[in-house]
Amino acid sequence: MKTYLFPAIKLTVILIVILAGLYPLAIAAVGKFTPGHGDGETLSYKGRVVGYANIGQKFTKDQYFWSRPSAVDYHADGSGGSNKGPSNPDYLNKDVKGRIDTFLKHNPDIKKEQIPAELVTASGSGLDPDLSPAGAQVQVARIAHVRGITTEQVNNIISANTVQPLWGLFGPAKVNVLKLNIALDELKK
Amino acid sequence: MNTELAGIIFTYALTLAIAIPLGRYIARVFKGEKTWLDFMAPFERFILRISGIDTRKEMNWKQHLFALLTINSVWLVYAFFCLLFQAHLPLNPDGNPNQTPDLAFNTAISFLVNCNLQDYSGESGATYFTQHFVFMFLHFVSAATGIAALVVLFRAMKDKVTDKLGNFWDYFLKTITRILLPISIVIAIILSFNGMPTSYKGKDTLISMQGDTVHVSRGPVAALVAIKHLGTNGGGWFGANSAHPLENPNYLTNIVEMVAQCIIPIGLVFALGFYLNKKKFAYVIFGVMTLGMLLLLIPTMQAEVGGNPAIARMGISQPTGAMEGKEVRFGPAASGYWSILTTIISTGSVNSMHDSAMPVSGFMMMMGMMINCFYGGCGVGFLNYYIFIIIAVFISGLMVGRTPEFMGRKIEAREMKIASLIALLHPFIILVGTAISSYVLVHMPNADWAVKPSAWLASPGYHGFSEMLYQYTSSAANNGSGFEGLGDNNIFWNVSAGFVMILGRFLPIIGPIAIAGILANKKFIPESAGTLKSDTSTFGLMTFAVIAIIAALSFFPALALGPIAEHFSLIK
Repeated sequence: MKTYLFPAIKLTVILIVILAGLYPLAIAAVGKFTPGHGDGETLSYKGRVVGYANIGQKFTKDQYFWSRPSAVDYHADGSGGSNKGPSNPDYLNKDVKGRIDTFLKHNPDIKKEQIPAELVTASGSGLDPDLSPAGAQVQVARIAHVRGITTEQVNNIISANTVQPLWGLFGPAKVNVLKLNIALDELKK
Repeated sequence: MNTELAGIIFTYALTLAIAIPLGRYIARVFKGEKTWLDFMAPFERFILRISGIDTRKEMNWKQHLFALLTINSVWLVYAFFCLLFQAHLPLNPDGNPNQTPDLAFNTAISFLVNCNLQDYSGESGATYFTQHFVFMFLHFVSAATGIAALVVLFRAMKDKVTDKLGNFWDYFLKTITRILLPISIVIAIILSFNGMPTSYKGKDTLISMQGDTVHVSRGPVAALVAIKHLGTNGGGWFGANSAHPLENPNYLTNIVEMVAQCIIPIGLVFALGFYLNKKKFAYVIFGVMTLGMLLLLIPTMQAEVGGNPAIARMGISQPTGAMEGKEVRFGPAASGYWSILTTIISTGSVNSMHDSAMPVSGFMMMMGMMINCFYGGCGVGFLNYYIFIIIAVFISGLMVGRTPEFMGRKIEAREMKIASLIALLHPFIILVGTAISSYVLVHMPNADWAVKPSAWLASPGYHGFSEMLYQYTSSAANNGSGFEGLGDNNIFWNVSAGFVMILGRFLPIIGPIAIAGILANKKFIPESAGTLKSDTSTFGLMTFAVIAIIAALSFFPALALGPIAEHFSLIK
């Protein structure tokens, strides 16, 4: 008892102070010097903070680029995926089918086989901030029509905001939906 | 070559480029040779002096286990009570409630045993205090426990060692001060500069562009995420784990987190070679483990990149593969790679939702956890592999008609009994657990628990069975990932998985150390022409065959009812 228990308790207390107290405080101090100062990076429009750069938000209006479907309706205080299995009949016949129908209704120029899977499937976090460039391009005609601008203008916004693979070599290309939509609204003035 | 595949190859190459020198460094630390972190020595002496520990006293294998189990019991009690009363403790800016007793039981065990199964969601089920002072603390010490246990095994495998196997506190503390803490600091800094929050500010509220009110959970995430991966723990800050954009903001952080969780398990295999001066032995083991990894990885990536056949039949194009439960910034290749590495390595963090993965992938992930020794968790991966080595030595010895010997010591009935028990324990607790839960689901669908059995499964049929099988597999393997559709926050799952986790942790640590301790006390027989060589590829393949037969085949009937049946129903 004395040989093991007391040293174990004392060692535990010291390690709690170091590992759970001092270590994260040191990281928080370093975090002050990062973009966003350790609070998370935000984006503003007309001087008002409209969202976090990395956290996706709900866009369902026709004049905006839509975000991906979310199993948690973009509630950023309760992330999660749908966790539906790939063969689940409810998932396939209600969720996915419903999203396809909605998309086709709002985008009459688009044929079904042009819709990329990401626009009819929910993301893992429910907060995916990005689309693939194809996922944005398929929405260009709708946005141009609703806003009364040319498709070229919308396409320019996509290419200006497309993030290429890491160092041009690794991983997929992506485009941040919130940045796209801020750029769309800024076009208006 | 496409950029997604290039990303995977780069990630693995970077992992090896770090793991090999790290292995050499780890061996030097535990051999007591000079390293560049020797300036930590006064700091360690200070900690030991306050704790009243004298590390010059060497321990035998029983004393090691006694020390290990004592300090782990202290942590279990501490964690359980913190979780039970977290609402009243400081650092709770979001005002989250206490955990229920069954949830606290499950969560405390889960983090203690390096499993990190989470039946709660980080945003609402834990406070900043419990995230740091319970979870992150246990991230460090549970990883250090595994590594210290492995060092005892290394020491016992050395020539001419008897029952003096070094000091447990010494191994344990050095693992933290010389390996885990310094590397975690580096990783946390990289992550914080890539957009991961570090401050203690609570939830933020803002109005989105469309006019919705949004509450954004935040917190000091980066420090925890660093050790969560480095220590192969996997319990994340947010509910969505490393799929959450604040817990894994971009492809670079994905690479960093992926590399972080692999370097110690792989590094320890090389450390074995450097420590024992038997490099070839380590290379053969590394080869077997890597072969195993590739056999699981390739079908998974093919399935994920190929997409869901049922969605393809609906006429949707899947240029970016199966996207349900996945994030655009990672893509299907990096998600598939992560899913396999996190299951073979017992991390259990996820960057995509495993429940929504293709059945082939689910099959491969479960296999990874059922085998549980391809690289494996911090320290425990090789402890599991050691059991298979012992069995392989014994079987090969019988095949050639010699007394089985390993590292100059005879393997006899007692060691074989321990090894067989440990090897069979894993399938036993997984399959019995799944059988009981299936029985409860069918015969007690309306039991009055927080989640009724009839509401447990998120998907019907074969996939629903996989959800239960996965939960026990993950618990027994101390992995912690889940088919999260399972409604697991109720007394049945919290308690049953809790027991499976604790059995799946400590017996596989006690068994190998007992075997190694007993062997070290036997007479050393120098190598002769008649000795079975354990550093040849023939012996490597023999071990692989033993793993395939014991670990894989015992699960085959259960897997046939779950992912295999689902696969064939999906491709039609």
